[in-house]
Amino acid sequence: MGVQDNAYAIKVENLTKKFNGNTAVNSISFIVEKGELFGLLGPNGAGKTTTINMLATLLVPTSGSAFVAGYDVLTQRDEVRNSIGVVFQETALDNRLTGRENLEFHSVMYGMKKEERRRRIEEVLALVELSDKADLLVEKYSGGMKRRLEIARGLVHRPEVLFLDEPSLGLDTQTRRHIWDYVRKLNKEEKVTIILTTHYMEEADYLCDRVAIVDHGKIVALDSPKNLKDALGGDVVSLELDGGYSDDFEAELKTREWLKRIDRHDGTLNLKVRNADRHIPEIFTIAESRGVSISCVNIRKPSLEDVFLRYTGRTMRDQEASQTERSREMARRRHGP
Amino acid sequence: MSMINLNGIYIIWLREMKTFIRAKSRVVGMLMMPILLLGFLGSGFGGAMLPGIPEGVGYLQYLVPGMVGLTMIFTSMFAGMSVLWDRQFGFLKEIMVTPVSRVSIVIGRILGGTTTAVIQGIGILVISLFLGFNVSSAPGFIISIAFMALISVAFIGMGLAIASKLKDMQGFGLIMNFLIFPLLFLSGAIFPVNNLPAVVSYIAYLNPLTYGIDGMRASLIGVSSMPIAIDILALFAFCVIMVFAGAYLFEKSESV
Repeated sequence: MGVQDNAYAIKVENLTKKFNGNTAVNSISFIVEKGELFGLLGPNGAGKTTTINMLATLLVPTSGSAFVAGYDVLTQRDEVRNSIGVVFQETALDNRLTGRENLEFHSVMYGMKKEERRRRIEEVLALVELSDKADLLVEKYSGGMKRRLEIARGLVHRPEVLFLDEPSLGLDTQTRRHIWDYVRKLNKEEKVTIILTTHYMEEADYLCDRVAIVDHGKIVALDSPKNLKDALGGDVVSLELDGGYSDDFEAELKTREWLKRIDRHDGTLNLKVRNADRHIPEIFTIAESRGVSISCVNIRKPSLEDVFLRYTGRTMRDQEASQTERSREMARRRHGP
Repeated sequence: MSMINLNGIYIIWLREMKTFIRAKSRVVGMLMMPILLLGFLGSGFGGAMLPGIPEGVGYLQYLVPGMVGLTMIFTSMFAGMSVLWDRQFGFLKEIMVTPVSRVSIVIGRILGGTTTAVIQGIGILVISLFLGFNVSSAPGFIISIAFMALISVAFIGMGLAIASKLKDMQGFGLIMNFLIFPLLFLSGAIFPVNNLPAVVSYIAYLNPLTYGIDGMRASLIGVSSMPIAIDILALFAFCVIMVFAGAYLFEKSESV
């Protein structure tokens, strides 16, 4: 028996998972407060889904401990399973059953009584606005409807903690917005703690109270989206330079007190600047005096993408591109040229 | 949480029933082969005397219990291996993350698969009545249903054990060709196994289907190569082994 710790929805300490010597999750620790909407943000392959699967008792951790709703995922698996709902990354519905039958199956598996079952199924169907489609076979559903049904299913048995693994993956922009609204609504109305994984910056930014940025199985930063962005120290100014990087130019910029950081990335120069709109003219003057020609300039409020870049030295897109490259390379090696 | 969860078993069984009723084309496809074989083999060899078949027993009489056995092994292996479909479509994760014990999940699957297989077996039997098949007695008919159920339980266990070791549907065709057909030919379903070389016929005695079909012959047409009690005992032993093997391997298999 693990130590009961009911103060938090989730408490993870030095959780590690290795697959054949490959470390997917590397000694991560974090706490999720009750009622919180918590995000794990990172590129594909960062270890987010593996983390969720361990917390949902589908995978056994290699080492470390985790408590969900006060129960130990190692020694109190049934209690954990009773307290959580999971919406998996890939659809996990039976297409040959109707929406209502899928919910019925789920609620019986969770031991709900008939009366309560019927009431609750109506309730969650209404919550995700599927009441009028409930008796259609799921194979007739659109991608967005399936996702909504799965979210409803995750909630039927009134879990304390709901896991959403990439809730808007593969959905179009408009449907994604809808799903976000549902997630927010049920976090508020159902008072359920939600932990979601995503590789969409906007999703984490829009939805989450706090975000853990995950890279290579480690948490590299954890705070509210606002604090993470504020910590970057101002706006982001990206300069595309015609003649390549210039040390002189950067050295002189660094003498200015309004400049917080300079990063070279992929041919552009990223500056963190306080009150960027006031300092653009000065940047141009310095560039001119150093013989640097700027072909394009972009000013924006920092996004979580900039936060990711700051902590990992790469953008998430770089990361995913190199992953694809790597897996292609592996496929080539496996199957020969 | 108890090991046996009756509600869980019931809803897993109910899911099998609902999807069975809705998958009409699958059922028709499954019944087509035994019906064609019955029709063509039954009438083609109808007048011939096959060595090993007792005198006075027509080939159709001999063949019908074999075709019911064929239906059982196909539908049951299919039901056992349907866990692969669930894995492919992600539904297995949904089942595995619920607080229902693995044992209950296995029992639910076996009951569901057995029900659908027996329904199809009875279907074949009824169709064969129209082709001229004679059932020797009404109690025999009932006993044959018990044999159908036992065959089904054994092969669902086997299907579950195999499916737990496979990652996806790729291996399914292989199993069909390298396991189901040999088991069928080595069971006396189509011809008596004592016509085969002696070594091969010994293998037939390790095949649960041999006892199942022999038992059905005993109960349906009153002719068999072994006493019915031995058929029941052997088949029952196979059932127990297969169910434990299936449940054990299913429990061990990774669901993600």
